[in-house]
This record gives sequence, C-alpha cells and structure tokens, in this order.
Amino acid sequence: MTYDTVIVGGGPAGLSAALGAKRKGAKNILILERSEKLGGILNQCIHNGFGLHTFKTELTGPEYAYRYIDMVEKENIPYILGATVLSIAPHSVTYISEEGLRTVSTLSIVLAMGCRERPRGALNIPGTRPSGVFSAGTAQNLVNLKGRKLGKRVVILGSGDIGLIMARRMTLEGAKVLAVVELMPYSSGLKRNIVQCLDDFSIPLLLSHTVTKIEGKERVEGIVVSKVDEDKKPIKGSEIHFDADTLLLSVGLLPENELSRKAGIPLSPITGGPVVDDTFSTEVEGIFAAGNVLHVHDLVDYVSEEAEKAGEEAALYALGKVKGRAKVPVETKGAIRYSVPSKVNERIEDDLTLRFRVSEVMRDRVVKVEINGKEAYRGRRRIMAPGEMETVRIKGEKLKEMGRIETIRVMEEKLDD
Amino acid sequence: MTRNLTCICCPLGCQITIEFEEEIISVEGNSCQRGKEYAKSEVTSPVRVFTSSVRVMGGNEEMCSVKSSLPLPKDRILDVAEAIRNTVVEAPIEIGDIMVPNVLETGVDLIATRKVEKRQ
Repeated sequence: MTYDTVIVGGGPAGLSAALGAKRKGAKNILILERSEKLGGILNQCIHNGFGLHTFKTELTGPEYAYRYIDMVEKENIPYILGATVLSIAPHSVTYISEEGLRTVSTLSIVLAMGCRERPRGALNIPGTRPSGVFSAGTAQNLVNLKGRKLGKRVVILGSGDIGLIMARRMTLEGAKVLAVVELMPYSSGLKRNIVQCLDDFSIPLLLSHTVTKIEGKERVEGIVVSKVDEDKKPIKGSEIHFDADTLLLSVGLLPENELSRKAGIPLSPITGGPVVDDTFSTEVEGIFAAGNVLHVHDLVDYVSEEAEKAGEEAALYALGKVKGRAKVPVETKGAIRYSVPSKVNERIEDDLTLRFRVSEVMRDRVVKVEINGKEAYRGRRRIMAPGEMETVRIKGEKLKEMGRIETIRVMEEKLDD
Repeated sequence: MTRNLTCICCPLGCQITIEFEEEIISVEGNSCQRGKEYAKSEVTSPVRVFTSSVRVMGGNEEMCSVKSSLPLPKDRILDVAEAIRNTVVEAPIEIGDIMVPNVLETGVDLIATRKVEKRQ
C-alpha cells in the first residue's frame, strides 16, 4: 500500500497536520510517534494559557493535546507509537518500532519533529560537572510527569518561556528560586510569563548577566553569576555568589532536523528549519514541514494553524492538485530577521500568513508588506521583541487584486505620529 | 492612583494603564474586554489559575496534572501549593474529575487536566 501522507511526529504539529490532510481528502494517513503517547511536549506543559486562539478558552497543555488526540481518534487516523523514524526520502519513510524495521511508501510527507533544547555543552560554562544541572525542559518533565524533587535552592540561566515557567513551578514545589539570569538586556520570554512566574513570587530577573562558574564536585554547591558588557563578556569584579544546589538551563530551542538534513532538505541558517514556501513545501518535492521543526514558536495555537495548512497542502499534493513550484523569495528588511515562508508562489488565492521575529526590542513601529512595490499590508506595533513571534496576514482577495507576484518584501519602520 | 500593568490574559501582554481611587476611573491600553476585567481585578483582588501535578496510585502514569476550577486569590497560591504537595489520588482519572474538593476552604476545586488509566 502507498500512503497519501505520512506524518513524522505526533505532537501538536503532527496531530493538526493529520487533521488537515484528512479534511482535504487524503485517505491513507499515518502518524509516526517516537514516544509512547501522542501530544508531544504538551503533556509536560501542565500550566494554563493554551488554546485562546484555537478554542477561545484557556486550557492547560494536556487538555489542549487531548482535544487534538480526540479529533484524530474520531477521524480514525492511524498512528504508531514507539516508532522512531530513521530516514526519509521523497516517497518513503523508514522507521523502527516494536514490529521491527519497516519502510513505507507515501506520496507526501509532513515533517513535525519539533525542537530540542540547547544543552550545557553548547555554552562553555567553566567549572566542574556535578549533578544538579538540568536543562529546563528535562526538569519540567521530571517534576511534572515523574514527581521528582530536583533541588532546594535554584538558579535559572535563560529567561525563555520554559525557564520562566520552571521558576514558578519550582517555587510551587517548595524550592527557593534565587534568580533568573539572562545574558541579553531583555527577556526572550512572553511578557505575561515575567509577570505571573517571576513578579508574582518576587523572583529577581538579572538582565545582562550570565553564569560564570558552577561550584561543587558531586553536587552543585554554588553558582557564580557575573554582569556582562556590551559584547556579552563577563565583567571582572561583578561576580555574585549564589548558595545554590541546582542550576536549570533555559538557553534556547533548536529545530530538530537531523532527518531533514540527511534527506538533503535545504535548511535556513537563521531559523534552523527547512526553507518552505507558502504551501509549507520544503525544497524537496512532496515533503512539507510545520511547527517547531520549521521555526521555534511561542504559541501552540500558531503551530496548530500552520500545521493544519501543511497537512492540507500535503494532501492536495498527494491527490495531484499541485499549484507548481514557488519561485518568489520573500525579502526581509531592517530588524526583520526572517520570514516563514521564505518563498511564495506567483499566484496565491488563499490568505497568506507571514511569521517572523525581529532582532531587537523596538517600540512604535509600522510593519509593511509590499508586493510588486505596492503596499499589501500595513500594521502598527506598539512593541516588538525578539522573544515574540510576529504575524502578518494578507487576505486572499487582496492578493488576487495584486495579480502575479514578482516581488514581495517585508519591512518595518518608525511610526510617524 | 495610577498603575501600569502587563496583561496576562493572553500572550499579547498588553501594557495597561489603570487609574483608580475608590472606584476605577479609567483603563487604557487593553485590546479586549478581558484585559479591562484583568486590570480591574488586579488592583482590587488579584487572582491566578493554579496548576500543579499530584501523585497517582495504581495508574499507568505516576502523576496527574491538575488545575483550579476557578482562579484563586493570588495570596493563597503558595498555601494551596504546599497543602497539596503530598496528595495522592487513585486511578482511573478522567479530565475534569475533582482531585481535591474545596481546597483550603477557598470554594475552589482542583480538577484533573489529563486522563490516567488504571495500570493493567
């Protein structure tokens, strides 16, 4: 049998892609999930704040996952748990599961492998290698799913969302969080997480600081934090000593693209994810990508939305209803670091969504999109920050009006009052 | 009095300015009604949804995640967290099942946010 669409990963992106594919008429769909349950990282994200856009209500991670799992079950979409994909090629997927090694043929593939945490090894923190150093996501897993106690006095390096969420979580579990330390002069986490995870519990956030020493032989016994200068170099004499027994690292997430790389799928050096067009097609025909494997998101709602579209497009491709290959690169200017998609087709009939991040914190800006030199979108932003993904939507009618797309450019400028 | 708040109702994180004396005089900067309600509640009686996990006996999972059925007064959050630290519940559990009724007499229940099946 040949599948219409095989989806690599059963987290939020994979589940939504499967539903999108089904909706557009794909008959034989298969989800391959490496762990023992569907839902991915949402299972350990027990805090609330998920689903405001998708379900118009505030859910916890497991509840959000359950809604999608329930829909997938109701649609009778098959999935295999404990299935590790070893390689992909344009029309085949090889995986290993309890039943052994298998290669299935498929007309289309959706990559939905998510992302991984950047490890300690990537940071060059001097000091010994005692126990008590965890990546924040691992700590989240151990605390929320296994009920482990990790430590009593905690320093967190990195103010990304997982770091902030874990600062609150460790506090609720009875630990004392001494500080959250951030190398940059701003937090890379969502503003509301600073309020409800740090401010609510009077946890200090040390901006422009980093960990310069881990003390202790068997177990962490102390953490030294230093202020950094404009070049992010530690300033001598600024050391602060924390009497800590635990260090959590929340120092960034990286799209997990080992399979994509092996399959020869071109990746963006900025996002670390595959280069895709407005149909979420990678540069290798028949292979699509969505979610954190593409670029790391802040909000699962946007992952679901993006993945649904990727699933739909994968199904249309499988059913032979392709629109041709995208050629027009999306140019980005100013502080806009990248755009996903980074290419578009010459003719777009559906609404077009562009997502991007900026390189620095900026206030009172205007985001503009020009197509063929004419303004297709203009939107005010009171504030933009690297930690928060921006979204621009251009209506299908507007795109039709614009005709054949020859150039498309995303830019930002100062707001004139 | 004037207070500047960051709204936590959704990830937008609107910067809200609220002016109040005995009563609320003005709320600015919010982009929805929820933001307005949040600002009002934040200067009168701030509340937060509480989430945690409790240990499960006889289930196919070691822990079951829970949330407060309604937002709790912010100054009770740490008490509630401490009170349920050694709570053990029994499988099977369905989403929405009450795990801890009327926690610390707050009138709020802690309910399960995941399903846990009985261990085979």
